[in-house]
Amino acid sequence: MDGGGAAELRETHRLTGHADRAWSLAWNPNPGAGAGPVLASCGGDKTVRIWKRAPDGVWDCSDVLDGVHERTVRSCAWSPDGKLLATASFDGTTAIWEYSGGDFECVATLEGHDNEVKSVSWSQSGSLLATCSRDKAVWIWEVQPGNEHECVAVLQGHTQDVKMVQWHPILNVLVSVSYDNTIRVWADDGDDDWHCVQTLTEAGNSGHSSTVWSVSFNQKGDRMVTCSDDCTLKIWDTSVDLSQPTTGEGHESWQHLSTLSGYHGRTIFSAHWSSEDIIASGAGDDAICLFTEEKSTMVEGPSYRLILKKEKAHDMDINCVRWCPQDPRVLASASDDGTVKLWELRGNVLD
Amino acid sequence: MTVGMINANPVVHERPERAAHPAHAALDALDVFDTVRDIKDPEHPYSLEQLSVLSQESVSVDEKLGHIQITFTPTVQHCSMATVIGLCLRLKLMQNFPPHFKIDIKVAPGSLANEESVNKQLNDKERVAAALENPNLRQLVDDCLCSDHSSSY
Repeated sequence: MDGGGAAELRETHRLTGHADRAWSLAWNPNPGAGAGPVLASCGGDKTVRIWKRAPDGVWDCSDVLDGVHERTVRSCAWSPDGKLLATASFDGTTAIWEYSGGDFECVATLEGHDNEVKSVSWSQSGSLLATCSRDKAVWIWEVQPGNEHECVAVLQGHTQDVKMVQWHPILNVLVSVSYDNTIRVWADDGDDDWHCVQTLTEAGNSGHSSTVWSVSFNQKGDRMVTCSDDCTLKIWDTSVDLSQPTTGEGHESWQHLSTLSGYHGRTIFSAHWSSEDIIASGAGDDAICLFTEEKSTMVEGPSYRLILKKEKAHDMDINCVRWCPQDPRVLASASDDGTVKLWELRGNVLD
Repeated sequence: MTVGMINANPVVHERPERAAHPAHAALDALDVFDTVRDIKDPEHPYSLEQLSVLSQESVSVDEKLGHIQITFTPTVQHCSMATVIGLCLRLKLMQNFPPHFKIDIKVAPGSLANEESVNKQLNDKERVAAALENPNLRQLVDDCLCSDHSSSY
């Protein structure tokens, strides 16, 4: 695919159908043997749309999930086995959808938050779910047989609404980011007792100076990227031994590694780390940026450089960017303009 | 919702003469001001202009960059209606100008005790979206927009 030449992000498909802003995206990590990639998008029109690539390469909306959420669907997440889709809504609930008999059916509704649920994430094993809300709380749910979900922890600590939750890719460690400008790391003590083990702040850890909107881990799980209303991305690094994954011990070890500033002119709403270690960011300036680690300056420690900036990637704010797990050079983006776009990264990105 | 008025006796100004405004293609501050000046105050039967919450100087427009900024001045230092006024301004602009415009809404420096937190809230689009889906709040905002007397252009 790389014929050499300068890196280029080329728009390949424009998926239209949402009647309001598109807030969030999720690629199915396990679409099934022989199936092509499957993307879910959700938005202000209270629906979720499922997009599939036909064998001839055409993308179509195969399903519209509606009639369950009464307000904006803010985010969505596939279970690791790809069989369930969780959706978080401003109506205060999280819905679980199952594909069976050729149709998506809502098989559970998780209630408990006082108001808008903003994000939902499955743990790597699929046995735990986390949700977060404007009510400042993070809830952890245990997935039980028969589509039952039991709340096993209500995590208080953030002083303002919690924008996003994301499980670590290997460990049962959860990260939440908030309107209170902080990043919190949560782990259990091996006894199902959940605690905040680390809070990353501007004053104490060179953290963000405004709302933190999004967090994404690298595949290995030893780094994460956060992005913010302060128009920066920050890279964090942990020295924890990932081969000893049993407890939350030692997870207070995240350290600021690098701040990427000056690339976006408005709030950065989304950042996502690809399996090829390329970080994509989407922002309120309608642009997408791609970054990678600068290998040649290792003497001064790791640093990150811009690969490219795609101006006017959408007509309006970009709310979400997600790399395709089956094809790490394919990026999806969702925007206030109501469209979802698919992009292909071409050319040489690693020099 | 608060019981009783935040500012029971506001200073009310005459409705000024409308400046003659030649038709032209480019969007300018006067176009924006004309769109928002007659929004009704959430508490009073007067427009934001009459209460000096807004003036033409409150608006700046950079058409090339597609950027509109409004800085309004609440009538009292502890105005809990400031967020409602901010929502009214944002909704009115969203309804009247091309969607690609970037809109920043702030209170005038020093005009509010909790200036920083109000500014942060007014410009968090997720909170704005959620607020506009709240039926009670939406009704309040719609009332302020519907009862305006915009007839002069």
